[in-house]
Amino acid sequence: MKGGDALMTESLNVNVDRRDGLAVVYTEGYINNQGGEEIARVAYKLIDEGYKVLLLNLGGTKIVNSIGISILIEIIEKMIEIEGKLGFCCLTNTIEKTFHIMGLAQYAPIFPDEPTAVAQLKG
Amino acid sequence: MTGDTVMTRVKLDLPMVPDAELEASKTAMKLAESIQMSPDRIDEVGGAVVEACINAIMYSHSEKVFVTIEVLGDQDPEKLRITVQDTGVGFSPENPAKRPGGGFGLEIIRGLMDEVEIHSVLGEGTTVVMSKMR
Repeated sequence: MKGGDALMTESLNVNVDRRDGLAVVYTEGYINNQGGEEIARVAYKLIDEGYKVLLLNLGGTKIVNSIGISILIEIIEKMIEIEGKLGFCCLTNTIEKTFHIMGLAQYAPIFPDEPTAVAQLKG
Repeated sequence: MTGDTVMTRVKLDLPMVPDAELEASKTAMKLAESIQMSPDRIDEVGGAVVEACINAIMYSHSEKVFVTIEVLGDQDPEKLRITVQDTGVGFSPENPAKRPGGGFGLEIIRGLMDEVEIHSVLGEGTTVVMSKMR
């Protein structure tokens, strides 16, 4: 972006905690198309490493858009294809509502916190 | 009965650049906060504004997006009204699904706001007017 513009792009930071049989993906920032693609890149890498259970902890994300969510749906479809599990936790009320509107909650469980999510996904 | 007197009006001309929607969203959320909307409702306003602006920025081929954010009421602020307008290609609100996100943006806006009106004319542009009570 040129220097004169007051607007700035908001990048997404993604961190991964690899655990026994499960990987937790932490996001921090705006999940737009670039953010969704970054999450997808990380998720597909984890799948290639052999992880079949993924938890997306969105505690550091306060805003999402429909394009970012459509990429998350592609990740869910991939997890279904490999007979894996993917869940979400620590969503704001508005993001959870948005996930329900887009139908994403039908295919991936949403948990209030990480310990509950880990226990359920590993069970 | 809701008062329709405009108590505050903020106008933004958004350039067609990535993440311009965030400027409109943040401005709308500040105004929502100023009228003491609840935190969840403020977030919902922010999400709806993001979707309306993205529709315009990503798909309208307009040169700019015009956003007007108004606080309406009589003696006290009663609701927030946000208008997002472009002068782009327009679309059929009944068949908006031929793009990434599949038209979910409009579903999200309708789900997050109390009242939504969409006026779109092919070749002339689109105006989304959405409101949320305080």
